[in-house]
Amino acid sequence: MTNQKKATSRRGALKTLAGAAAGAASLPLWARYAQAQSSEPIKIGFQQHSTGIGAAYGRWYGRTTEAAVKLINDGGGINGRMIELIAEDDGTDPKRGAEVVEKFANQHGCDVGFGTLFSHVVIGSAPRAGELKLPYFVVSEGHHVASGMLNRYTLQPGITDVKSQVQAMAPYVSENLGKKVTMIFPDFAFGHDHRDFFSAAIKEQGGEVLEQIAIPPSETSFTKYFPQIPRDTEVLYHVMVGPAVLTFVKELGEFFGDQGPEIFGFIDSLEAVDISSPGLEFLEGTYFWEGMPRYAQEDQSEHEKFYREAVGVDENGASVNDPSDVSTYAHMFGCWETLHVIKAGMEASGYAGPLDRAKLIEAVEAMGEMPESQAHPQGAKRFNGKTHQVFGHQHISRVENGRLVRVHTTSIDDTLYPDEVDYTTQPL
Amino acid sequence: MNMGGRVLGLHLGLLVVLFALQFVLPAYHHGNIARIMVLASYAVGYNILFGYTGLLSLGHALFFAAGMYGMGLTIQHAGFTPAPALIVGIVAGSLVAGGLALLALRTAGVAFMIVTLMFAQAGYLTILYFGEYTRGDEGFVIQQAQRVLWGIDLSDPTARYFAAWGLFSVCFLLSLWLVQSRFGRTLIAIRENEERVRMLGYDTYAHKLGAMVVSGTISAAAGAFYGLLFGYAGATFGSVQYSIFPLLWVLLGGAGTVLGPFVGTLFMFYLIDLSSGVTSAYMLIAGVALVALTLFAPQGLTGEVRRRLWKGLP
Amino acid sequence: MEFGPHLILATLEGAVTAAVLALTAVGLSLVFGVMRVVNIAHGEFYMLGAVIAWYVAQMVGGHPALGFVAALVIAPLVVGVLAAAADVTILKRIEYDPERTIVATIGLLYIIQQLTLMTYGPEARPVEAPFNTRVELPWFDWFETLFGMAQPWGWSITSYKLFVIFAAGAVLCGVWAMMARTKIGLLMRATQADRDMALAFGIPVERVYALVFGIGAALAALGAVLIVPIQQAHYLMGVEPLLLAFIVVIIGGLGSLPGTVLAALFIGLSDGIISVFFSPTLAKILATLLVGLVLVFRPQGLFGTRTA
Repeated sequence: MTNQKKATSRRGALKTLAGAAAGAASLPLWARYAQAQSSEPIKIGFQQHSTGIGAAYGRWYGRTTEAAVKLINDGGGINGRMIELIAEDDGTDPKRGAEVVEKFANQHGCDVGFGTLFSHVVIGSAPRAGELKLPYFVVSEGHHVASGMLNRYTLQPGITDVKSQVQAMAPYVSENLGKKVTMIFPDFAFGHDHRDFFSAAIKEQGGEVLEQIAIPPSETSFTKYFPQIPRDTEVLYHVMVGPAVLTFVKELGEFFGDQGPEIFGFIDSLEAVDISSPGLEFLEGTYFWEGMPRYAQEDQSEHEKFYREAVGVDENGASVNDPSDVSTYAHMFGCWETLHVIKAGMEASGYAGPLDRAKLIEAVEAMGEMPESQAHPQGAKRFNGKTHQVFGHQHISRVENGRLVRVHTTSIDDTLYPDEVDYTTQPL
Repeated sequence: MNMGGRVLGLHLGLLVVLFALQFVLPAYHHGNIARIMVLASYAVGYNILFGYTGLLSLGHALFFAAGMYGMGLTIQHAGFTPAPALIVGIVAGSLVAGGLALLALRTAGVAFMIVTLMFAQAGYLTILYFGEYTRGDEGFVIQQAQRVLWGIDLSDPTARYFAAWGLFSVCFLLSLWLVQSRFGRTLIAIRENEERVRMLGYDTYAHKLGAMVVSGTISAAAGAFYGLLFGYAGATFGSVQYSIFPLLWVLLGGAGTVLGPFVGTLFMFYLIDLSSGVTSAYMLIAGVALVALTLFAPQGLTGEVRRRLWKGLP
Repeated sequence: MEFGPHLILATLEGAVTAAVLALTAVGLSLVFGVMRVVNIAHGEFYMLGAVIAWYVAQMVGGHPALGFVAALVIAPLVVGVLAAAADVTILKRIEYDPERTIVATIGLLYIIQQLTLMTYGPEARPVEAPFNTRVELPWFDWFETLFGMAQPWGWSITSYKLFVIFAAGAVLCGVWAMMARTKIGLLMRATQADRDMALAFGIPVERVYALVFGIGAALAALGAVLIVPIQQAHYLMGVEPLLLAFIVVIIGGLGSLPGTVLAALFIGLSDGIISVFFSPTLAKILATLLVGLVLVFRPQGLFGTRTA
């Protein structure tokens, strides 16, 4: 699982040499040592969900990460140094996650940790990252970072959080689909975030949530819960995670038949699932939140096109090698963008080795606006250095002829909310 | 007497070695051993009920989680400092263990397994149900500032190692003393033949109750320390797999031996850690190792030592 | 939805769960009853059944019914043979010691899961049902007049789900007939009653054990093939059925076939019906506690006569 690229491009090498020559004379001794080491690769510890409940995501996070590392290395690496990716499986388990973080910091000597998705693994691992002063870049979409629960060394600069996603949906839902909403969500903290943030946001829009149906974990049959949906429901809001998502959506279709309310879902309910699977025909005309549109849109940007090709995803969001292998397209761009943020941060801070970790954190905190580019193919972003959370555009797509077609894109301002923490007051 | 001296020497020797190791271990293994000592304490607790009393519980995660949440929730919501919070966690574990024992000990054998499993599962779901306080599966962080015990910052590696070593020493010596005491010998007799022990006039129910409370209390202490030392409490630790882990550790190390739980925990930890460095299919290696152990070392590692080399090992 | 239809819908859904659960649990119960060992890997045999069904359906192609029927035959067969092989190579050599069997089958669980992850992958993949029409349940029309309401939402079930209930019933009758009417069944029952006596009478106990282990696993696989058009094949899908089947076996009274089936109904239905009255997670908590308490006060199981 280790991806090692030793070949340094000439431009990168020259840049390094020039930098070393100019800086070495005036630097303190340890830094000179660090400069002398600069042909060493930058080690990025990749905390990957290779096994356990997150494995379907982990596989695609892996492919995206490897594509981004290859791109960066082909372009000369970071500060002239190649990236060496060190992937460790955390089994999608918070205990193992914390151990993996320790392994990155103490065993592999990684410069940073990166790539965690599932919230409980992030929250279980982040305290150790903070104690070990290992910059820990998560790609989780959880609200944990911005809520202030974590620490100065944990950042989420490549993917937006659930609070901003959810609240940005409320205006569109209430204006176009209806004001009386019933929510179905998993009875986890992730589902509770949806419940709390969306209920508040829809109320602000003059709508109301009629009923909240929380589905217990590891449930495999869902029909029995659907009769609790009130008859005057105008919009059904669903979000589900885990391997049973397809059953959930299929049973939803079987339950309603050709009647039923408007349906708005988070694509999490069908992430890594082919939307043309048998039994999903009823989804035609329903709406989904998408972090990044799975199907190539007519107006897709050159950057997105480039990104899609680099990762190996076809027009329909599936692997180019296997059309039945559907990607986690709405989330995995976060790995690509986060790696580019790490690169930008290291370049801005003149990062030379683990002793510069604090400088790296400060450099990322100072980032602010990130324009749409090859490094940010999902779109422009705005990083909040105080809450360590990035904000960006959200998309709403409608299923038309078995494809997800984007019908709405929110502004970044739609996704903002007041700061809940200022990490910069914590010591480094 | 000589035998007793050797036994005491061996077990104290392990504690001395563990104490000394912290000065020589590289950072990564230093952290690992601290973690293993806390987990081994959990296994020590499990071993008292399973290895010495012969009751196979599939619900010990309930006690581990009771300790973890008893500690974590009082810190998080009641503003407790670590010392009283730890006590709350441990007491919560004892109470839960006592309560469950009153119900579960009406059964035996596989029914006991299921009853403990069911109550632990209900406990796990309860953690999710009260997600407002527990943050459900996501869990919550116990901040560094909340983890200062008598002026010692438990997030510091040395302090953590000491705390883990202290916990393990207490549990380990307690278990060594217990199994050689009259009470412990009665437990072993119950394991071997409960009917006969009852005939001899012992109150086997009271003994089993006692064993379960001690076992649950130690497990809860391990859970409380785990949460405090590593700064996180989450529902995963209350799930079924965390009931199966101590069973596995104890069986691997040798059920009914004092050293077994530690040996098993150490073995399993490094088996997964080292094989995950070699291949992403480390669970395959772990699985093959488990099967091989049952084939070639049926009493567990320490059990084999006892069988082949040292008959009197407690 | 109004109370009456809701309750009946929950009952029907519960019946589907119960049907598949019964197959899985009867498999476990056979192993448990005859061999006196707990097979922790039982859920993985269930998972293998679903995964193999997916492969078979992919290879056969054509009308979904073709693939499904092929899977119904092939998956249980393959899984049964695998399980029998595991019995001969591992369980036999550890002499069916209860504790060692637990560890060995946990090992087996890891091996099967990891191998499936490496070959089949982490995705949940669907198998198309041979037929799947939405049945609107017209025969309960009197509910409407009674409460004066229009056609309620979701007042329906699919034909495939009804088929699962009947198919499982048929298979269970077959198992019962095998146990009660055939020579193999007689050998199994003899071995279950008294292993040593069976040996003394010249019954090839070892072969009976391998057969029982194979049949037990095959039944789990069969249950999985039936369920996989409703749910999907996923490499972690074996965990939940293992726990449930385990519970069912104990509640039903060890090794008692009718008891196991009744317990499966009890567990499957109570899970559905309790969810009508309480919030879902609370319902799960109550259902779980109910099972625990049943055993506390009837350790021999609801329908068992012997002490466990």
